[in-house]
Amino acid sequence: MAKVAPRNEMPRQDPKVRARNFNEVALGYSHELAVAEANRCLQCKKPTCIDGCPVQVRIPEFILALREGDMWGAVTALKDKNNLPAICGRVCPQETQCEASCVLGKKFEPVAIGRLERYVADWEIAQGVRTPTVAPPNGKSVAVIGSGPAGLTCAGDLAKMGYKVTIFESLHAPGGVLIYGIPEFRLPKHIVATEVKYVQSLGVEIKLNTVVGKLYTVDELLANGYDAVFLGTGAGLPMFMNIPGENYNGVYSANEFLTRVNLMKAYLFPEYDTPIMIGRRVAVIGAGNVAMDAARCALRLGADEVHIIYRRTKAEAPARAEELANAEEEGIQFHYLTTPVEVLGTEKGWVRGIRLQKQQLGEPDASGRPRPVPIPGSEYDMEVDMVIMALGTRPNPMVFTDTPDLERTKHGTVVANEETGRTKKPRVWAGGDIVTGAATVISAMGAGKRAAADIDAYLQNPDQPWWVENTK
Amino acid sequence: MYRITAKEVLAPVTKLFKVYAPEVARKAKAGQFVIVRVDEKGERIPLTIADYDRESGELTIVFQEVGKTTKQLGKMNVGDELASLTGPLGRPTEIENYGTVICVGGGVGIAPIYPIARDLRAAGNTVISIIGARNKELLFWEEKMRSVSDELIVCTDDGSYARKALVTEPLKEVLESGRKIDIVWAIGPAIMMKFCSLTTKPFGVKTIVSLNSIMVDGTGMCGACRVEVGGKTRFVCVDGPEFDGHEVDWNLLLERQRIYLEQEKRALEKFEREHQQACPCEEVG
Ligand SMILES: Cc1cc2nc3c(=O)[nH]c(=O)nc-3n(C[C@H](O)[C@H](O)[C@H](O)COP(=O)(O)OP(=O)(O)OC[C@H]3O[C@@H](n4cnc5c(N)ncnc54)[C@H](O)[C@@H]3O)c2cc1C
Ligand SMILES: Cc1cc2nc3c(=O)[nH]c(=O)nc-3n(C[C@H](O)[C@H](O)[C@H](O)COP(=O)(O)OP(=O)(O)OC[C@H]3O[C@@H](n4cnc5c(N)ncnc54)[C@H](O)[C@@H]3O)c2cc1C
Ligand code: SF4
Ligand code: SF4
Ligand code: FES
Repeated sequence: MAKVAPRNEMPRQDPKVRARNFNEVALGYSHELAVAEANRCLQCKKPTCIDGCPVQVRIPEFILALREGDMWGAVTALKDKNNLPAICGRVCPQETQCEASCVLGKKFEPVAIGRLERYVADWEIAQGVRTPTVAPPNGKSVAVIGSGPAGLTCAGDLAKMGYKVTIFESLHAPGGVLIYGIPEFRLPKHIVATEVKYVQSLGVEIKLNTVVGKLYTVDELLANGYDAVFLGTGAGLPMFMNIPGENYNGVYSANEFLTRVNLMKAYLFPEYDTPIMIGRRVAVIGAGNVAMDAARCALRLGADEVHIIYRRTKAEAPARAEELANAEEEGIQFHYLTTPVEVLGTEKGWVRGIRLQKQQLGEPDASGRPRPVPIPGSEYDMEVDMVIMALGTRPNPMVFTDTPDLERTKHGTVVANEETGRTKKPRVWAGGDIVTGAATVISAMGAGKRAAADIDAYLQNPDQPWWVENTK
Repeated sequence: MYRITAKEVLAPVTKLFKVYAPEVARKAKAGQFVIVRVDEKGERIPLTIADYDRESGELTIVFQEVGKTTKQLGKMNVGDELASLTGPLGRPTEIENYGTVICVGGGVGIAPIYPIARDLRAAGNTVISIIGARNKELLFWEEKMRSVSDELIVCTDDGSYARKALVTEPLKEVLESGRKIDIVWAIGPAIMMKFCSLTTKPFGVKTIVSLNSIMVDGTGMCGACRVEVGGKTRFVCVDGPEFDGHEVDWNLLLERQRIYLEQEKRALEKFEREHQQACPCEEVG
């Protein structure tokens, strides 16, 4: 292999400046940088990168079009597989997906596929959303529950095929985690709004403030004229540790903290009404994307110190590499091999500290990662006035109200066929975090896409057997 | 989207709205609540469904102006629209024929106790209702409550109307009278529910309260509303809002209600400043 130019860095806001504002951290490539990066791609005959992408984006094709100056060609190649590229280009864990299987990565650095994807998608948004072509109405209607990436993708694909699609969303704004969880500085909300508008332009109706399980049950939807129901309600239920002191004032679930900041825009209080506590010394428990987002929000709200407490080591931290690096650069302090055993409070019920215990790595557990083992007698206290629990989430059971025939696992996720999204209940499909537990935007989109295809296949031929075991 | 179809001033700071929300009205049951947002920059606040009309598609909410959002809401009028309304949320009241029940409503809590008393009576219970407020001005729905109760006791803290007493006093007397009371519902400010629970405890009469913790989504996804009941953490929005008052950790609830005191004060001051500038002619109070 000839010598390959180093990967082109994407300009970012200076860490000192960005640590105090909510503007986007990564500024995106210029045209010159994008072309230079695109030129690094070898245009492999057998491109291994494509298999690394959960939706099989035709990566070399869009990169080739980009470097030849055919921007619309790049957009077309990209959007053929991915409805939401401006979002994926920003939030996909590329280092474990497409870029992990780029051949260049073996000897050199992989092509910055995500950054190029973002560049092409942003270029398209700057041109204005085009009016897409939609098949004529086929007289069938589908109810999609949840407006996260799984629901939006499934709805968009079905609408293109001529289905009448209604999305039911419990919050007052569409987008799921993209709108309530992932902060503005990582995924600007106007980008999410553009993508939602695109889905609406396909004819999809979005009914907000509608909690399925409360306002309607799944069976009521099926009985009231919907030919199929897709469940894309995500995994929005927060977990706590069940340690003493967890209900003191100043202990937040990451979900509450991020919802207040992102959905309710508490960082603009009092212009926006929703308040948020400003911690001086903040401890965030966990080291996934959620933890990084919570920590970096706390910093931007004005905390003096933010500490990430994680029971394993950096190597096991589930966050995207880029966000971990960003958090380090911004001055977040990391405490690996450490876990809280108690939250300490004042007499008035406010957090005053946290009791931590050191861990060491043991044998691998069910997840394949080494199990953290407590070191007895290693407890010590850290003074903090705010604790954010970012321990992971489970599906919210509300959508399952009065539907005992929707089989679920012991983790609360719904049982569904991986390839088709079919649940055990006829005419009900599911995909995204509700099936997998907390995962990624692109995997949720992939599931939404596969379910849309299968809903179409089934509704065209409803006489087929409903449940077939996974063939994978 | 969610149009206000009627407005009534029940007391200087207590207002009643009817809101057109036919789908919610169709499903609503006593004990449930909705979350409303006044405008696009607004907070999501929980309000109990005080009544519903499935035919006309209207919901009734009654609220007390205590801070920025409720004051702003109070300035809205018939024809105005709420930015959003979500519901019905929470578990409905468990209506059964228990025998003889006492329904206590304190202050703005009179509104949510009304549909509960009505439904309990319809289920065959003998309903003894006790309603109270700080003073005469703040008392409302006396006749409405009388119409769904077998007996009604009315009191004010300052004696400006009816009997001078806190609701806990007649509650204790009825329990002491030797009549067999099967269950008690008490709804009002947290402190009143706490003392009602303390009053009934020695008599061993189960007491249901409706907790008003701080909320965001109202669907179980944030944990802002968590309380401790019987030593366990529960989410008011999905596990409640009604719980056994003898099991509630009242001090925790009261502490948690104070989390945003400072910010709430700032928001209110800003609102009042801006509002005064906007229409200096408007009467105060
Ligand atoms: C803070 C945070 C940061 C993340 N960062 C990344 C990242 O950088 N990269 C990445 O790939 N992934 C990331 N993820 C994970 C990713 O966002 C999720 O895997 C993805 O959003 C799942 O999509 P979904 O459509 O299944 O569900 P969600 O996005 O959770 O959407 C579900 C929607 O359904 C609605 N809903 C729930 N119940 C009901 C009901 N009963 N009735 C009506 N509506 C209902 C919810 O309000 C929500 O809008 C992050 C997650 C979080 C929380
Ligand atoms: C399930 C439920 C049902 C409710 N039903 C009603 C109802 O029918 N009518 C009604 O008037 N109120 C009801 N409340 C309380 C109502 O939600 C609050 O009064 C409202 O959120 C206050 O908003 P604000 O911005 O006007 O005041 P804020 O500025 O937020 O608060 C002003 C003052 O009220 C206190 N406060 C704030 N939030 C609450 C709360 N959730 N409960 C009690 N005190 C609070 C604050 O500590 C502060 O002292 C209910 C609460 C819950 C949880
Ligand atoms: S969608 Fe995600 S994984 Fe697929 S090519 Fe784009 S950035 Fe890579
Ligand atoms: S594997 Fe890498 S170099 Fe090869 S086509 Fe894909 S992106 Fe280009
Ligand atoms: S209000 Fe968010 S979980 Fe109850």
